[in-house]
Amino acid sequence: MSAAAPLIDIRKLCVGFRGRAGTILPVLHEVDLSVCRGESLGIVGESGSGKSTLALAAMGYLRPGLQKLAGAVLFDGQEMFDRPAAELARIRGGKLGLIPQNSGQALTPTLRIGAQIAEALRLHCDHDPATHRARACDLLEQVRLPEPEAILRRYPHELSGGQQQRVAIAMALAGEPDALLLDEPTTGLDVTTQAHILDLLRDLARARSMAMVYVSHDLGVIARVCDRVQVLYAGETVLTGPARAVLRAPAHPYTAALLAAIPRLGERTLPRALGGRPPGPDEPREGCAFAPRCALATGACRAARPDMAEAPDGQAARCLFPGAAPSRDAGHAAPACPADSPCVLRVVDLSVRHARPGWHMRLRGRVPPATVAGVTFDLRRGETLGLVGESGSGKSTILRALAGLLPPASGEIVPGDGTRLAGAVERRRPQDLRRIQMIFQNPDASLNPRHTIAEILAQPLRLYFGLTGQALAARAEELLATVRLGAECLDRRPGQLSGGEKQRVAVARALAADPEVVLCDEITSALDVSVQAAVLDLLNDLKARRGMAFVFVSHDLAVVRALSDRVAVLYQGRLCETGPAAAVHGAPSHPYTAALLGAALAPDPDHVPRLLAEDAVDPGPPARGCPFQRRCPVRRGAICETDTPPAREAAPGHLIRCHIPLHELCATAPG
Amino acid sequence: MSALTATRRRRAGALLRDLVARPSGAIGVALVVAHALMALFSPWLVPYDYKAMEATITLAEPSAAHWLGTDHLGRDVLTRVMLGGREALVITGIATPVAMLWGGLAGIWLGLRGGWPDEVAMRLVDAFLALPGILPLLVLITVFGTGGEVLLPTLAFFFGIPVIRVARAAAHEVVARDFVAAARARGHAPLDIVRREILPNVTDTLLVEGAMRWSWMLLGFSALSFLGFGVAPPRPDWGLMISDARVYMSLAPWGVIAPVLALSTLIIGINLTADALAGALGLDRGRKAVI
Amino acid sequence: MAGLIAGRLALGLVTLWLVSAIIFLGVEALPGDACTAILERDAHGAALETCRKALGLETPALERYLSWAAGVARGDFGLSAHGQQDIAGLVGYRMRNSFLLAAGALAVGIPLAIALGVVAGLTRDRWPDLLFSTGAILAMTIPDFVAATVLILVFAIWLGWVPAIVLTPADAPPLEFFPEFILASTVLAMLMVAHVMRMVRASVIEAMSSDYVQMATLKGVPYRQVVLRHALPNALLPAINVIALTVAWLLGGVVVVEVVFNYPGLGRLLVDAISGRDLPVVQAITMIVAASYVAVNLVADLLGLLLNPRLRSYRARQR
Repeated sequence: MSAAAPLIDIRKLCVGFRGRAGTILPVLHEVDLSVCRGESLGIVGESGSGKSTLALAAMGYLRPGLQKLAGAVLFDGQEMFDRPAAELARIRGGKLGLIPQNSGQALTPTLRIGAQIAEALRLHCDHDPATHRARACDLLEQVRLPEPEAILRRYPHELSGGQQQRVAIAMALAGEPDALLLDEPTTGLDVTTQAHILDLLRDLARARSMAMVYVSHDLGVIARVCDRVQVLYAGETVLTGPARAVLRAPAHPYTAALLAAIPRLGERTLPRALGGRPPGPDEPREGCAFAPRCALATGACRAARPDMAEAPDGQAARCLFPGAAPSRDAGHAAPACPADSPCVLRVVDLSVRHARPGWHMRLRGRVPPATVAGVTFDLRRGETLGLVGESGSGKSTILRALAGLLPPASGEIVPGDGTRLAGAVERRRPQDLRRIQMIFQNPDASLNPRHTIAEILAQPLRLYFGLTGQALAARAEELLATVRLGAECLDRRPGQLSGGEKQRVAVARALAADPEVVLCDEITSALDVSVQAAVLDLLNDLKARRGMAFVFVSHDLAVVRALSDRVAVLYQGRLCETGPAAAVHGAPSHPYTAALLGAALAPDPDHVPRLLAEDAVDPGPPARGCPFQRRCPVRRGAICETDTPPAREAAPGHLIRCHIPLHELCATAPG
Repeated sequence: MSALTATRRRRAGALLRDLVARPSGAIGVALVVAHALMALFSPWLVPYDYKAMEATITLAEPSAAHWLGTDHLGRDVLTRVMLGGREALVITGIATPVAMLWGGLAGIWLGLRGGWPDEVAMRLVDAFLALPGILPLLVLITVFGTGGEVLLPTLAFFFGIPVIRVARAAAHEVVARDFVAAARARGHAPLDIVRREILPNVTDTLLVEGAMRWSWMLLGFSALSFLGFGVAPPRPDWGLMISDARVYMSLAPWGVIAPVLALSTLIIGINLTADALAGALGLDRGRKAVI
Repeated sequence: MAGLIAGRLALGLVTLWLVSAIIFLGVEALPGDACTAILERDAHGAALETCRKALGLETPALERYLSWAAGVARGDFGLSAHGQQDIAGLVGYRMRNSFLLAAGALAVGIPLAIALGVVAGLTRDRWPDLLFSTGAILAMTIPDFVAATVLILVFAIWLGWVPAIVLTPADAPPLEFFPEFILASTVLAMLMVAHVMRMVRASVIEAMSSDYVQMATLKGVPYRQVVLRHALPNALLPAINVIALTVAWLLGGVVVVEVVFNYPGLGRLLVDAISGRDLPVVQAITMIVAASYVAVNLVADLLGLLLNPRLRSYRARQR
């Protein structure tokens, strides 16, 4: 075999499932893929594009219900789907390793980590079984897990998400693979953890000259680890090419639109939304699958499916006009909030506990620190405040406390009229309830699946305004129009809408109350980027035209940057830094803000994240001192552990809570 | 409101169609409907009087005059089988919804209320469930008699107790979802939230549960009759008929087989319907969408 | 861990105490008492007075409850209303016989149910599954007394393998009522197998479609080992509680079956006692069955805690 022969070679693969009507519906349509040793290929696509199916098919595996219709899947020159079960089992987990999407669910809950790694070693290595324990330890060290001996004795649920992911990587490495398939391995992890894991994967791939197929929806991740990129759209390959070319000057309009929809860390502009949605497997397709959403589409595009065509910089695009897509322009800037607008919400020294400490805890004086403590901010009319932090930072808890769902332990919440708001929602006045509305993270959970959209929108309208009959229907229709949905949605149920449409209904429901403050809890994190851009655009529009104020909670710094006037950074339920968005994103920075900003990714091949914070798990907020003391890379010693850091004003309205003097913080901040 | 009832009706129609489209559902619904029709119209259809005894033809074999033969008192078996489900169907048909209603509401309330009433009630439920099988029924019936006015409330009470648990668990699951939090944050009254947000999502579980409970209640009812604590002779009842005819089983097996078939087809019908209902409502576990 | 077990034990005791209170109050609320049952038609005037005095019935209910409960705790259930026999002695052999019956049904039923459930779950929607699942529905829907009657019809009357009607004393050695034992435990096992099998099947299907089973397959674990090492331990853990509930049901469900087969167990004694309105005996049997129910559930709970690592540390963390 020549050196250039691809290790994984997929040719014209078609995969489908039998639909309700009995016809075969395609999930993958004539997809080619090839990866050589030492090469790393990124597969990009939005949900439903078939990217995970493609990766699993490379292992000769299809999820139950799916069937291979045509094409070839070769590994090492041999068809995977023709191999006998025993041979497949030898290759899977051996020469061909998989790192799954959600390791928390992919590790068997009843087996210790040690047993699961030893199983992989037993199946794929002919080492002496007596050496397995040492070898397992060695593997855990390679994936940079501290105290490997202790980890071997643990069960999967006793590890954090990042640790579980590392264990999954160690398990794949146990078989000494030639090729690794990675199915969204960092989705759901915090940015700092993600940066560490990507770093690890890059080093491993280079050291072992493995072939990697990296599936992700996140172009930032792809930019970090891949040499080549293949873009899938509705089960078809639409673009392949070197990562640099694809990310800089994509030859296919879909990829161009996708790139334009991603908010960038350094820019205070709103990304461009992409209208429409990809065709489902049950929709008839003639011509280019992207044509209905494409600005360049002509009659020819809709008539016949285009073939892959050569494009500039070594790319190949399934497009009649390769390379004609306009390059990314700077999106429009979000309107800034006028400086003199009145305050609509003031939060003073808010602290929240999830559970009241029991009497025995109080007696023994061992009351655990509150989940959220000392949070103070104010919000002006027409302003967006971004609350940023990793999982467990208490950002959603704060929102729930503001909404009255989780009464605060202490502190004040004061709306625009200056009267103090009751903690529990049941004791708030109706007009106060109307003023503050909340939008939840996952519309599947926040919209009652049993109600029609009309009924969902009618509830706040009846409650707050007593609307009925014709007036009610007219107002509901108007609300849908505001969120750019048609009146035909009124009779549907949430299950019949797409994810983006559902979230827009949730926005419309919040608008129905005509609120002053809208609390947004990670409202775009369950959505694809192209859909996310549309929702962000909508929020901005509402802010500018109606003067609504938003508290926007997100883990995504770029999204927050694009949308917010001011930003507050949270760690373990304590504020680290607050200030105007530009100031928080620039120097000087709190060490935690610096770590977050450094670890963030961008869809840019030249962007190199910096690993500033230690990748450790914090079990809970410390009783005293700085919340970030355990992971801080620039810790000052004892003072950080004993004294609450002072809030220093770096610029008007820009507060940093750190013991380190401001001029020294400038040095550690990202440029 | 009229639009809402219309969509509700449409939903019920769609559910029924989905139900009948499954083979088990079609057979189950057909069996249940057939039994219901029989119970409704049998008084006008039966060939003989159920009490009429003919001493000359006791334990007669099936013949043109008596299609299913006669019993030990010379009564027509066909007549008695046709009538033998009426009392059971009426009593359990009323007691089941009552049990579901009180057990369901109590369970939902406890699930939402939590705290000490919940703790106390769950301990009581545990204690009641520890009482063996139909024993509490037996005791009450021996003391107060076997009329419908005793059986109905007794069955409704004891079969409602396990429903509390099911409804409580279902309510717990729904309350944790964000649409309930959203309704609370908007400031709807608690009763509104229960009616609009929680009930519609619990009814599916309770519907399937109710169908299962109905079949168990029928089993319990016939067991009572079989043991001689249910329907009083000479009124016809399947359980009682099986018990009576058992003694003459070697001479006249049809006297046992006919009521056994009648009772079994009804219970199988209810169970198949319940299974298909669970499937149509997407409640059966382990079923995941392909994509 | 010790605290957890202690907590469970305490909960079990609370349940038992509630059960005893319910039983006592229930019997108390009924019209008539032990004396009306003993004296039957002569229950009036001086005779009733003397009897009540003799049995201590005119002392307050609370006092009687306490002395009854104290007796029960020592295994002393008092005297029966009819014949004034010692209930503990009356019940002894019958309890052995009933537990034998349940044990026989369990010994065959549980392994069979698990095996059938696993096979059905693994061959979901193919013929073994369809066969077993349909069989389970049929077995679940046929009333126990009907199944028992049919078995007698077939084995006693048509085939003549066992005598149709037997009268074995309760204290006979178990071998003497072996034929009834076999038939009765078959009926009980059939119903139990149906319930447990359906549960195991659903649980296996859920485990087999889980991410960790997919991952194990893609790690190169052979199918047999995927099933045995990865899927089954997770699938069978929730089955423990269902099995416990079924066992508990079995204890109550023996009543009808024992009557049909004339089996000398607690169930038949119970029906006789109810017909004769022998309330002290009814109280005693109810208490015994309830206690076994609580014990079985307690064991299942503890077993679940011991075997399921997730439950173990989750509960531990909550404390």
